Amino acid sequence: MSTVLLIFYILSAFTLATAFLTIYSKNPIHSAIYLVLCMVSIMGHYLLFNAQFLALVQLIVYAGAIMVLFLFTIMLMNLNKEDEVHKPRMTRYAAVIIFILLCGVLTYVFVDTKPIMGEYDVTGQDFQSIKVLGKVLLNEYMVPFEFVSILLLTAMLGVVLLSKKEKSTR
Amino acid sequence: MENILNHIGIENYLFLSVILFCIGVFGVLYRRNAIIVFMSIEIMLNAVNLLFVAFSTYHQDAEGQVFVFFSMAVAAAEVAVGLAILVAIFRNIGSIDIANLKNLKG
Repeated sequence: MSTVLLIFYILSAFTLATAFLTIYSKNPIHSAIYLVLCMVSIMGHYLLFNAQFLALVQLIVYAGAIMVLFLFTIMLMNLNKEDEVHKPRMTRYAAVIIFILLCGVLTYVFVDTKPIMGEYDVTGQDFQSIKVLGKVLLNEYMVPFEFVSILLLTAMLGVVLLSKKEKSTR
Repeated sequence: MENILNHIGIENYLFLSVILFCIGVFGVLYRRNAIIVFMSIEIMLNAVNLLFVAFSTYHQDAEGQVFVFFSMAVAAAEVAVGLAILVAIFRNIGSIDIANLKNLKG
């Protein structure tokens, strides 16, 4: 077994374990911290692919910005206590059964398609360094890129409007 | 430059993404806390992003990574708006248990 494969297995086990603990832990703050660890391990996967730009964006946007937003919201609502009522027993069993079935079906589908094993093409040219990716992003994908900025602006306006305290009309 | 998939194989990434996605679905179905449901949605988005990057390496093409960049931008906007909605709900109802959101009588 090569070293890279070993790293992949350890990283995958870490990703899956933290993702599961995110859902399983009772305290929302613990969930958020496990989710940060999950995002960081996914960044490790990106680094394994040598996708530097996405690894940085994953760390800054997900593990940084989004998780800070989550933690702020949890602390704002003062939810860091463990008094959550469970769903009814039937619903929880149904969730477990659906999880197992979905996993089985999707895995079976992908096993059955028999992906090509062995050789993968190596074109030899650089396709994922920050320089190349920036050129692709600003040449071919210029219009979507600008639309993303409009989307973020709209989201910002919407958030400000939603979370503004309205005057008590009731 | 060497292709990392020669060591690992695309099928391992397929299975990792499938299991991660299913954990996300499980979280949406299992929990009642709306914030945890949001986190599960983030896990699902990340599973798909990971598969995009895997196939981008498989085809030795940058377009997959550009798409992941856009999907991350959309995810950031989605989380911001969603959490603002949750804060508004919390102000009105006093909890974010999704079982209490019955005002629309769906």
